[in-house]
Amino acid sequence: MPRTKPLQILEGSRAIALTVKNIAPAVISAYPITPQTHIVEDLAKFKANGEADYEYVRAESEFAAASIVLGASATGVRTYSATSSQGLLLMTEVLFNIAGLRLPIVMTCANRALSAPINIWNDHQDVMVIRDSGWILLFAENHQEAIGQHIMAYKIAEATKLPVMINVDGYIITHSYEPAWIPDKKTIRKYLGEYQPTSGEYLDPDNPVTIGAFATPNDYMEIRQELHEDLVASQKIIDKEYFNYQKIFETKTKKSQIEDNGLIEYVGPKNPQVILVAMGSILGTIRATIKANKLENKIGILKIKTYRPFPKEAIAEIIFKTKNIAVIEKALSLGQEGPLTLDIKALLLNRTTKTNIQNYIVGLGGRDITTGMIKKIINDIIKTKQNLGSKFVNK
Amino acid sequence: MKKTLIVQPNTSLKNKTGSWRTFRPEIDIDLCIGCTTCTKVCPEGTVAMVKKNNKPKAKINYDYCKGCGVCASECPVKAIVMKPESK
Repeated sequence: MPRTKPLQILEGSRAIALTVKNIAPAVISAYPITPQTHIVEDLAKFKANGEADYEYVRAESEFAAASIVLGASATGVRTYSATSSQGLLLMTEVLFNIAGLRLPIVMTCANRALSAPINIWNDHQDVMVIRDSGWILLFAENHQEAIGQHIMAYKIAEATKLPVMINVDGYIITHSYEPAWIPDKKTIRKYLGEYQPTSGEYLDPDNPVTIGAFATPNDYMEIRQELHEDLVASQKIIDKEYFNYQKIFETKTKKSQIEDNGLIEYVGPKNPQVILVAMGSILGTIRATIKANKLENKIGILKIKTYRPFPKEAIAEIIFKTKNIAVIEKALSLGQEGPLTLDIKALLLNRTTKTNIQNYIVGLGGRDITTGMIKKIINDIIKTKQNLGSKFVNK
Repeated sequence: MKKTLIVQPNTSLKNKTGSWRTFRPEIDIDLCIGCTTCTKVCPEGTVAMVKKNNKPKAKINYDYCKGCGVCASECPVKAIVMKPESK
Protein backbone atom coordinates (compact mmCIF):
# COMPACT_ATOMS: atom_id res chain seq x y z
CA MET A 1 0.00 0.00 0.00
CA PRO A 2 1.52 3.36 -0.97
CA ARG A 3 1.43 5.21 2.37
CA THR A 4 2.09 8.63 0.93
CA LYS A 5 -0.84 8.44 -1.50
CA PRO A 6 -4.33 9.78 -0.83
CA LEU A 7 -6.40 6.74 0.08
CA GLN A 8 -10.13 6.23 -0.28
CA ILE A 9 -12.21 3.41 1.16
CA LEU A 10 -13.49 1.79 -2.02
CA GLU A 11 -15.38 -1.25 -3.12
CA GLY A 12 -13.13 -3.32 -5.43
CA SER A 13 -15.45 -2.95 -8.41
CA ARG A 14 -15.65 0.81 -7.92
CA ALA A 15 -11.87 1.08 -7.59
CA ILE A 16 -11.47 -0.72 -10.92
CA ALA A 17 -14.21 1.40 -12.54
CA LEU A 18 -12.57 4.64 -11.35
CA THR A 19 -9.23 3.42 -12.70
CA VAL A 20 -10.72 2.55 -16.09
CA LYS A 21 -12.43 5.96 -16.15
CA ASN A 22 -9.02 7.62 -15.67
CA ILE A 23 -7.45 5.40 -18.33
CA ALA A 24 -10.25 6.70 -20.60
CA PRO A 25 -10.59 4.00 -23.28
CA ALA A 26 -12.57 5.00 -26.37
CA VAL A 27 -15.07 2.13 -26.31
CA ILE A 28 -16.49 0.06 -23.46
CA SER A 29 -18.98 -2.72 -24.06
CA ALA A 30 -20.54 -5.14 -21.61
CA TYR A 31 -23.60 -7.19 -20.87
CA PRO A 32 -25.22 -5.86 -17.71
CA ILE A 33 -26.92 -8.87 -16.10
CA THR A 34 -25.65 -11.56 -13.67
CA PRO A 35 -22.86 -12.62 -13.38
CA GLN A 36 -21.73 -9.06 -14.11
CA THR A 37 -20.19 -6.86 -11.40
CA HIS A 38 -20.47 -3.20 -10.41
CA ILE A 39 -17.45 -2.43 -12.57
CA VAL A 40 -19.43 -1.86 -15.76
CA GLU A 41 -22.45 -0.61 -13.82
CA ASP A 42 -20.28 2.21 -12.49
CA LEU A 43 -18.73 2.84 -15.91
CA ALA A 44 -22.22 3.14 -17.43
CA LYS A 45 -23.17 5.57 -14.65
CA PHE A 46 -20.08 7.76 -15.26
CA LYS A 47 -21.06 8.01 -18.92
CA ALA A 48 -24.73 8.73 -18.16
CA ASN A 49 -23.73 11.46 -15.68
CA GLY A 50 -21.49 13.13 -18.24
CA GLU A 51 -18.33 12.38 -16.26
CA ALA A 52 -16.73 10.34 -19.05
CA ASP A 53 -16.75 10.54 -22.83
CA TYR A 54 -16.09 6.97 -23.91
CA GLU A 55 -18.57 5.18 -26.12
CA TYR A 56 -20.52 2.83 -23.85
CA VAL A 57 -22.26 0.04 -25.76
CA ARG A 58 -24.71 -2.08 -23.82
CA ALA A 59 -24.65 -5.46 -25.56
CA GLU A 60 -27.32 -8.16 -25.79
CA SER A 61 -24.98 -10.89 -24.51
CA GLU A 62 -21.38 -11.42 -23.46
CA PHE A 63 -20.70 -12.89 -26.90
CA ALA A 64 -21.83 -9.58 -28.40
CA ALA A 65 -19.93 -7.49 -25.84
CA ALA A 66 -16.68 -9.28 -26.68
CA SER A 67 -17.41 -8.96 -30.41
CA ILE A 68 -18.07 -5.23 -30.04
CA VAL A 69 -14.75 -4.59 -28.31
CA LEU A 70 -13.06 -6.80 -30.91
CA GLY A 71 -14.46 -4.66 -33.71
CA ALA A 72 -13.74 -1.40 -31.89
CA SER A 73 -10.16 -2.44 -31.15
CA ALA A 74 -9.69 -3.39 -34.80
CA THR A 75 -10.40 0.25 -35.70
CA GLY A 76 -7.35 1.24 -33.64
CA VAL A 77 -8.69 2.54 -30.33
CA ARG A 78 -8.38 1.53 -26.67
CA THR A 79 -11.23 -0.67 -25.46
CA TYR A 80 -12.43 -2.28 -22.25
CA SER A 81 -14.89 -4.91 -21.09
CA ALA A 82 -15.56 -6.94 -17.97
CA THR A 83 -17.31 -10.19 -17.25
CA SER A 84 -17.40 -13.21 -15.01
CA SER A 85 -18.10 -16.94 -14.83
CA GLN A 86 -20.79 -18.05 -17.35
CA GLY A 87 -20.38 -14.70 -19.11
CA LEU A 88 -16.72 -15.48 -19.75
CA LEU A 89 -17.71 -18.86 -21.14
CA LEU A 90 -20.14 -17.23 -23.54
CA MET A 91 -17.27 -14.97 -24.68
CA THR A 92 -14.88 -17.88 -25.21
CA GLU A 93 -15.07 -18.09 -29.01
CA VAL A 94 -14.49 -14.35 -29.38
CA LEU A 95 -11.64 -14.35 -26.83
CA PHE A 96 -9.69 -16.86 -28.93
CA ASN A 97 -10.29 -14.63 -31.96
CA ILE A 98 -9.12 -11.50 -30.13
CA ALA A 99 -5.81 -13.17 -29.24
CA GLY A 100 -5.44 -14.66 -32.73
CA LEU A 101 -6.07 -11.25 -34.32
CA ARG A 102 -3.47 -9.73 -31.99
CA LEU A 103 -5.81 -7.03 -30.67
CA PRO A 104 -4.60 -5.19 -27.54
CA ILE A 105 -7.90 -5.48 -25.65
CA VAL A 106 -7.94 -5.22 -21.87
CA MET A 107 -10.68 -6.80 -19.80
CA THR A 108 -11.42 -7.75 -16.24
CA CYS A 109 -12.63 -11.15 -15.17
CA ALA A 110 -14.26 -11.26 -11.74
CA ASN A 111 -13.48 -14.91 -11.07
CA ARG A 112 -16.47 -16.99 -10.12
CA ALA A 113 -17.55 -20.64 -10.17
CA LEU A 114 -19.14 -22.37 -13.15
CA SER A 115 -22.46 -24.19 -13.39
CA ALA A 116 -23.79 -26.73 -12.61
CA PRO A 117 -24.87 -26.44 -9.87
CA ILE A 118 -25.56 -22.73 -10.24
CA ASN A 119 -23.25 -20.77 -7.97
CA ILE A 120 -22.26 -17.14 -8.13
CA TRP A 121 -19.38 -17.19 -5.63
CA ASN A 122 -15.65 -17.00 -6.11
CA ASP A 123 -13.21 -19.56 -7.46
CA HIS A 124 -10.84 -19.74 -10.46
CA GLN A 125 -12.59 -22.30 -12.63
CA ASP A 126 -13.87 -19.75 -15.16
CA VAL A 127 -10.51 -18.30 -16.22
CA MET A 128 -8.95 -21.77 -16.49
CA VAL A 129 -11.30 -22.48 -19.39
CA ILE A 130 -9.59 -19.79 -21.48
CA ARG A 131 -6.11 -20.55 -20.15
CA ASP A 132 -4.94 -21.68 -23.60
CA SER A 133 -6.54 -18.86 -25.60
CA GLY A 134 -3.41 -16.72 -26.06
CA TRP A 135 -4.38 -13.97 -23.58
CA ILE A 136 -1.96 -12.62 -21.00
CA LEU A 137 -3.55 -13.58 -17.66
CA LEU A 138 -2.74 -11.46 -14.61
CA PHE A 139 -4.01 -12.18 -11.09
CA ALA A 140 -4.50 -9.50 -8.44
CA GLU A 141 -4.28 -10.11 -4.70
CA ASN A 142 -6.05 -6.94 -3.56
CA HIS A 143 -7.64 -3.70 -4.74
CA GLN A 144 -4.39 -1.77 -5.11
CA GLU A 145 -2.72 -4.48 -7.12
CA ALA A 146 -5.77 -4.73 -9.39
CA ILE A 147 -5.64 -0.96 -10.00
CA GLY A 148 -1.97 -1.10 -10.96
CA GLN A 149 -2.44 -4.15 -13.18
CA HIS A 150 -5.27 -2.45 -15.11
CA ILE A 151 -3.05 0.52 -15.94
CA MET A 152 -0.05 -1.64 -16.82
CA ALA A 153 -2.28 -3.93 -18.90
CA TYR A 154 -2.83 -1.30 -21.61
CA LYS A 155 0.90 -0.67 -21.90
CA ILE A 156 1.68 -4.39 -22.05
CA ALA A 157 -1.14 -5.11 -24.52
CA GLU A 158 -0.10 -2.34 -26.89
CA ALA A 159 3.59 -3.22 -26.72
CA THR A 160 3.03 -6.93 -27.36
CA LYS A 161 -0.13 -6.78 -29.52
CA LEU A 162 -1.65 -9.29 -27.13
CA PRO A 163 -4.87 -8.98 -25.11
CA VAL A 164 -4.59 -8.82 -21.32
CA MET A 165 -7.10 -10.11 -18.77
CA ILE A 166 -6.90 -8.99 -15.16
CA ASN A 167 -8.35 -11.60 -12.84
CA VAL A 168 -9.84 -10.40 -9.58
CA ASP A 169 -11.58 -12.69 -7.13
CA GLY A 170 -15.34 -12.29 -7.37
CA TYR A 171 -16.88 -10.90 -4.15
CA ILE A 172 -13.62 -11.12 -2.21
CA ILE A 173 -12.14 -8.28 -4.26
CA THR A 174 -15.06 -6.99 -6.34
CA HIS A 175 -17.54 -6.54 -3.47
CA SER A 176 -15.31 -5.82 -0.47
CA TYR A 177 -14.14 -2.40 0.75
CA GLU A 178 -10.49 -1.58 1.24
CA PRO A 179 -8.35 1.57 1.32
CA ALA A 180 -7.06 2.17 -2.18
CA TRP A 181 -5.34 4.87 -4.19
CA ILE A 182 -6.58 5.71 -7.67
CA PRO A 183 -3.86 7.28 -9.84
CA ASP A 184 -5.00 10.49 -11.52
CA LYS A 185 -5.78 10.87 -15.20
CA LYS A 186 -2.76 13.04 -15.92
CA THR A 187 -0.18 10.58 -14.55
CA ILE A 188 -1.91 7.68 -16.30
CA ARG A 189 -1.81 9.63 -19.57
CA LYS A 190 1.89 10.30 -19.00
CA TYR A 191 2.53 6.59 -18.39
CA LEU A 192 0.38 5.20 -21.22
CA GLY A 193 0.73 7.93 -23.82
CA GLU A 194 -1.64 8.24 -26.75
CA TYR A 195 -2.46 4.92 -28.36
CA GLN A 196 -1.01 4.73 -31.86
CA PRO A 197 -2.07 1.60 -33.74
CA THR A 198 0.46 0.41 -36.31
CA SER A 199 -0.11 2.16 -39.63
CA GLY A 200 -1.95 -0.04 -42.14
CA GLU A 201 -2.91 -2.58 -39.47
CA TYR A 202 -6.31 -1.25 -38.42
CA LEU A 203 -9.69 -0.73 -40.07
CA ASP A 204 -9.79 2.60 -41.86
CA PRO A 205 -12.23 3.36 -44.72
CA ASP A 206 -9.57 5.46 -46.47
CA ASN A 207 -7.08 2.58 -46.50
CA PRO A 208 -9.20 -0.57 -46.69
CA VAL A 209 -7.66 -3.80 -45.40
CA THR A 210 -9.05 -7.12 -44.24
CA ILE A 211 -8.49 -8.26 -40.67
CA GLY A 212 -9.35 -11.83 -39.80
CA ALA A 213 -9.13 -13.50 -43.20
CA PHE A 214 -8.66 -17.24 -43.27
CA ALA A 215 -5.25 -18.88 -43.39
CA THR A 216 -4.61 -22.12 -45.23
CA PRO A 217 -2.41 -24.91 -43.86
CA ASN A 218 0.46 -23.08 -45.59
CA ASP A 219 0.34 -20.23 -43.06
CA TYR A 220 -1.79 -21.17 -40.04
CA MET A 221 0.86 -23.12 -38.18
CA GLU A 222 3.50 -20.37 -38.37
CA ILE A 223 0.91 -17.79 -37.26
CA ARG A 224 0.01 -19.85 -34.17
CA GLN A 225 3.66 -20.60 -33.44
CA GLU A 226 4.40 -16.88 -33.54
CA LEU A 227 1.49 -16.14 -31.21
CA HIS A 228 2.95 -18.66 -28.75
CA GLU A 229 6.48 -17.32 -29.07
CA ASP A 230 5.33 -13.72 -28.65
CA LEU A 231 3.30 -14.72 -25.60
CA VAL A 232 6.33 -16.42 -24.02
CA ALA A 233 8.52 -13.41 -24.89
CA SER A 234 5.97 -10.99 -23.39
CA GLN A 235 7.28 -11.94 -19.92
CA LYS A 236 10.10 -9.46 -20.46
CA ILE A 237 7.68 -6.65 -21.28
CA ILE A 238 5.36 -7.51 -18.36
CA ASP A 239 8.37 -7.33 -16.08
CA LYS A 240 9.70 -4.13 -17.62
CA GLU A 241 6.32 -2.42 -17.31
CA TYR A 242 6.03 -3.47 -13.68
CA PHE A 243 9.19 -1.53 -12.81
CA ASN A 244 8.33 1.29 -15.20
CA TYR A 245 4.98 1.64 -13.40
CA GLN A 246 6.70 1.78 -10.01
CA LYS A 247 8.93 4.55 -11.30
CA ILE A 248 6.23 6.76 -12.82
CA PHE A 249 3.67 6.25 -10.04
CA GLU A 250 6.33 6.36 -7.30
CA THR A 251 5.39 3.07 -5.72
CA LYS A 252 8.85 1.50 -5.58
CA THR A 253 9.44 -1.25 -3.03
CA LYS A 254 12.81 -2.18 -1.59
CA LYS A 255 12.43 -5.85 -2.48
CA SER A 256 14.87 -7.64 -4.77
CA GLN A 257 13.77 -7.96 -8.39
CA ILE A 258 14.05 -11.75 -8.20
CA GLU A 259 11.56 -11.83 -5.33
CA ASP A 260 9.23 -9.07 -6.51
CA ASN A 261 8.65 -8.51 -10.20
CA GLY A 262 5.85 -8.39 -12.74
CA LEU A 263 5.57 -12.16 -12.86
CA ILE A 264 5.82 -13.40 -9.28
CA GLU A 265 6.38 -12.34 -5.69
CA TYR A 266 8.18 -14.34 -3.02
CA VAL A 267 8.09 -13.68 0.68
CA GLY A 268 9.99 -15.92 3.05
CA PRO A 269 13.33 -17.26 4.19
CA LYS A 270 16.25 -18.22 1.93
CA ASN A 271 15.89 -21.94 2.64
CA PRO A 272 12.26 -22.49 3.58
CA GLN A 273 10.99 -25.83 4.82
CA VAL A 274 7.88 -25.36 2.69
CA ILE A 275 6.81 -23.02 -0.09
CA LEU A 276 3.11 -22.33 -0.51
CA VAL A 277 2.14 -21.39 -4.07
CA ALA A 278 -1.12 -19.57 -4.84
CA MET A 279 -2.81 -16.89 -6.95
CA GLY A 280 -5.21 -14.06 -6.12
CA SER A 281 -6.82 -12.92 -2.89
CA ILE A 282 -6.09 -16.16 -0.98
CA LEU A 283 -2.55 -14.81 -0.54
CA GLY A 284 -3.93 -12.45 2.11
CA THR A 285 -5.22 -15.40 4.16
CA ILE A 286 -1.92 -17.23 3.70
CA ARG A 287 0.08 -14.20 4.87
CA ALA A 288 -2.17 -13.83 7.91
CA THR A 289 -1.73 -17.52 8.80
CA ILE A 290 2.04 -17.32 8.55
CA LYS A 291 2.11 -14.18 10.69
CA ALA A 292 -0.30 -15.43 13.37
CA ASN A 293 1.62 -18.68 13.75
CA LYS A 294 5.06 -16.99 13.60
CA LEU A 295 6.16 -19.19 10.70
CA GLU A 296 8.03 -16.44 8.82
CA ASN A 297 11.37 -18.23 9.20
CA LYS A 298 10.07 -21.62 8.07
CA ILE A 299 7.51 -21.06 5.34
CA GLY A 300 7.88 -19.19 2.06
CA ILE A 301 4.99 -17.79 0.04
CA LEU A 302 5.12 -17.68 -3.74
CA LYS A 303 2.49 -15.55 -5.42
CA ILE A 304 1.93 -16.04 -9.14
CA LYS A 305 0.92 -12.68 -10.64
CA THR A 306 1.27 -13.69 -14.29
CA TYR A 307 -0.22 -17.11 -14.99
CA ARG A 308 -0.05 -16.96 -18.80
CA PRO A 309 2.57 -16.69 -20.17
CA PHE A 310 3.72 -19.13 -17.49
CA PRO A 311 6.88 -17.62 -15.90
CA LYS A 312 8.94 -20.83 -15.78
CA GLU A 313 12.34 -19.28 -15.06
CA ALA A 314 11.05 -16.85 -12.43
CA ILE A 315 9.21 -19.64 -10.59
CA ALA A 316 12.09 -22.12 -10.82
CA GLU A 317 14.37 -19.49 -9.28
CA ILE A 318 12.17 -19.57 -6.16
CA ILE A 319 10.78 -23.09 -5.77
CA PHE A 320 14.18 -24.76 -6.03
CA LYS A 321 14.91 -23.27 -2.60
CA THR A 322 12.75 -25.95 -0.93
CA LYS A 323 11.90 -29.65 -0.99
CA ASN A 324 8.24 -29.24 -0.01
CA ILE A 325 5.83 -27.40 -2.28
CA ALA A 326 2.14 -27.01 -1.56
CA VAL A 327 0.12 -25.58 -4.45
CA ILE A 328 -3.14 -24.18 -3.16
CA GLU A 329 -5.73 -23.76 -5.90
CA LYS A 330 -9.30 -22.64 -6.38
CA ALA A 331 -9.56 -24.47 -9.69
CA LEU A 332 -9.56 -28.04 -10.83
CA SER A 333 -8.97 -29.69 -14.17
CA LEU A 334 -11.70 -32.26 -13.65
CA GLY A 335 -10.27 -35.74 -14.03
CA GLN A 336 -6.70 -34.49 -13.48
CA GLU A 337 -5.72 -32.03 -10.74
CA GLY A 338 -5.19 -28.31 -10.24
CA PRO A 339 -3.88 -26.66 -13.44
CA LEU A 340 -1.25 -24.57 -11.64
CA THR A 341 0.04 -27.71 -9.90
CA LEU A 342 0.54 -29.42 -13.26
CA ASP A 343 2.48 -26.42 -14.58
CA ILE A 344 4.73 -26.36 -11.52
CA LYS A 345 5.26 -30.14 -11.54
CA ALA A 346 6.60 -29.80 -15.09
CA LEU A 347 9.33 -27.47 -13.81
CA LEU A 348 10.60 -30.17 -11.43
CA LEU A 349 11.37 -32.66 -14.21
CA ASN A 350 15.02 -31.65 -14.49
CA ARG A 351 15.57 -31.22 -10.78
CA THR A 352 17.74 -33.88 -9.19
CA THR A 353 16.69 -33.13 -5.60
CA LYS A 354 13.65 -35.16 -4.58
CA THR A 355 10.79 -32.71 -4.21
CA ASN A 356 7.53 -33.28 -2.43
CA ILE A 357 4.77 -31.41 -4.29
CA GLN A 358 1.11 -31.62 -3.42
CA ASN A 359 -2.02 -30.07 -4.91
CA TYR A 360 -4.59 -28.74 -2.43
CA ILE A 361 -8.00 -27.73 -3.75
CA VAL A 362 -9.75 -25.10 -1.65
CA GLY A 363 -12.61 -22.64 -1.85
CA LEU A 364 -14.55 -24.01 -4.82
CA GLY A 365 -17.84 -22.17 -5.30
CA GLY A 366 -17.02 -19.59 -2.64
CA ARG A 367 -16.31 -22.00 0.26
CA ASP A 368 -14.61 -19.89 2.92
CA ILE A 369 -10.87 -20.46 3.20
CA THR A 370 -9.84 -19.99 6.81
CA THR A 371 -6.44 -19.57 8.42
CA GLY A 372 -7.15 -22.92 10.09
CA MET A 373 -7.34 -24.56 6.68
CA ILE A 374 -4.03 -23.04 5.61
CA LYS A 375 -2.49 -24.29 8.87
CA LYS A 376 -3.85 -27.75 8.09
CA ILE A 377 -2.23 -27.63 4.64
CA ILE A 378 1.14 -26.61 6.13
CA ASN A 379 1.01 -29.51 8.62
CA ASP A 380 -0.04 -31.92 5.89
CA ILE A 381 2.76 -31.03 3.45
CA ILE A 382 5.35 -31.44 6.21
CA LYS A 383 4.02 -34.61 7.81
CA THR A 384 2.14 -36.58 5.19
CA LYS A 385 3.47 -38.33 2.11
CA GLN A 386 2.54 -36.78 -1.18
CA ASN A 387 -0.43 -38.12 -2.99
CA LEU A 388 -0.58 -38.13 -6.79
CA GLY A 389 -4.14 -36.82 -6.76
CA SER A 390 -5.56 -33.60 -5.38
CA LYS A 391 -6.30 -33.20 -1.69
CA PHE A 392 -9.56 -31.37 -1.07
CA VAL A 393 -9.51 -29.14 1.99
CA ASN A 394 -13.18 -28.56 2.73
CA LYS A 395 -13.06 -27.31 6.32
CA MET B 1 5.08 -9.91 -34.43
CA LYS B 2 6.86 -10.59 -37.68
CA LYS B 3 3.97 -11.96 -39.72
CA THR B 4 1.20 -9.50 -40.40
CA LEU B 5 -2.36 -10.76 -40.27
CA ILE B 6 -3.56 -7.87 -42.40
CA VAL B 7 -4.75 -8.67 -45.89
CA GLN B 8 -4.65 -5.98 -48.58
CA PRO B 9 -7.58 -5.47 -51.01
CA ASN B 10 -7.56 -7.49 -54.26
CA THR B 11 -5.15 -10.08 -52.95
CA SER B 12 -7.50 -13.05 -52.72
CA LEU B 13 -6.26 -14.10 -56.18
CA LYS B 14 -3.05 -15.17 -54.41
CA ASN B 15 -4.95 -18.01 -52.74
CA LYS B 16 -5.07 -20.54 -55.57
CA THR B 17 -7.74 -22.96 -54.44
CA GLY B 18 -7.50 -25.33 -57.42
CA SER B 19 -5.48 -27.80 -55.35
CA TRP B 20 -8.58 -28.53 -53.24
CA ARG B 21 -10.18 -30.37 -56.20
CA THR B 22 -10.84 -34.09 -56.15
CA PHE B 23 -13.03 -34.04 -59.29
CA ARG B 24 -12.17 -32.00 -62.34
CA PRO B 25 -14.87 -30.61 -64.66
CA GLU B 26 -13.98 -31.11 -68.30
CA ILE B 27 -15.84 -29.35 -71.09
CA ASP B 28 -16.56 -30.97 -74.42
CA ILE B 29 -16.22 -27.90 -76.64
CA ASP B 30 -18.12 -29.55 -79.47
CA LEU B 31 -21.19 -30.13 -77.28
CA CYS B 32 -21.08 -26.67 -75.59
CA ILE B 33 -23.82 -24.41 -76.96
CA GLY B 34 -22.48 -21.26 -75.23
CA CYS B 35 -25.62 -20.76 -73.14
CA THR B 36 -23.54 -19.27 -70.19
CA THR B 37 -25.45 -21.28 -67.53
CA CYS B 38 -22.16 -22.60 -66.04
CA THR B 39 -20.70 -19.09 -65.71
CA LYS B 40 -23.74 -18.08 -63.69
CA VAL B 41 -23.94 -21.09 -61.38
CA CYS B 42 -20.23 -21.40 -60.57
CA PRO B 43 -19.99 -20.32 -56.89
CA GLU B 44 -16.37 -19.25 -57.35
CA GLY B 45 -16.75 -17.40 -60.67
CA THR B 46 -14.14 -19.58 -62.31
CA VAL B 47 -15.98 -20.19 -65.61
CA ALA B 48 -15.67 -17.57 -68.35
CA MET B 49 -16.92 -17.45 -71.94
CA VAL B 50 -14.26 -17.30 -74.63
CA LYS B 51 -14.60 -17.06 -78.40
CA LYS B 52 -13.68 -20.13 -80.41
CA ASN B 53 -14.27 -20.04 -84.18
CA ASN B 54 -16.39 -16.97 -83.52
CA LYS B 55 -18.70 -18.92 -81.17
CA PRO B 56 -18.92 -18.40 -77.41
CA LYS B 57 -17.62 -21.41 -75.46
CA ALA B 58 -17.14 -22.02 -71.70
CA LYS B 59 -13.65 -22.14 -70.27
CA ILE B 60 -12.70 -23.09 -66.68
CA ASN B 61 -9.89 -21.49 -64.70
CA TYR B 62 -8.33 -24.51 -62.96
CA ASP B 63 -6.23 -22.30 -60.67
CA TYR B 64 -9.37 -21.60 -58.65
CA CYS B 65 -12.01 -24.24 -59.58
CA LYS B 66 -12.61 -26.34 -56.43
CA GLY B 67 -14.38 -29.11 -58.37
CA CYS B 68 -17.81 -28.77 -56.77
CA GLY B 69 -19.57 -30.06 -59.90
CA VAL B 70 -22.45 -27.57 -59.99
CA CYS B 71 -21.60 -26.64 -63.60
CA ALA B 72 -21.67 -30.29 -64.70
CA SER B 73 -24.97 -30.82 -62.96
CA GLU B 74 -26.57 -27.72 -64.49
CA CYS B 75 -25.23 -27.95 -68.07
CA PRO B 76 -28.35 -28.39 -70.27
CA VAL B 77 -26.47 -30.39 -72.93
CA LYS B 78 -24.25 -32.45 -70.57
CA ALA B 79 -21.14 -30.93 -72.11
CA ILE B 80 -19.34 -30.90 -68.72
CA VAL B 81 -18.18 -34.18 -67.18
CA MET B 82 -16.57 -34.60 -63.75
CA LYS B 83 -13.44 -36.74 -63.88
CA PRO B 84 -11.29 -37.84 -60.92
CA GLU B 85 -8.37 -35.45 -60.49
CA SER B 86 -5.00 -37.06 -61.13
CA LYS B 87 -1.51 -35.71 -60.90
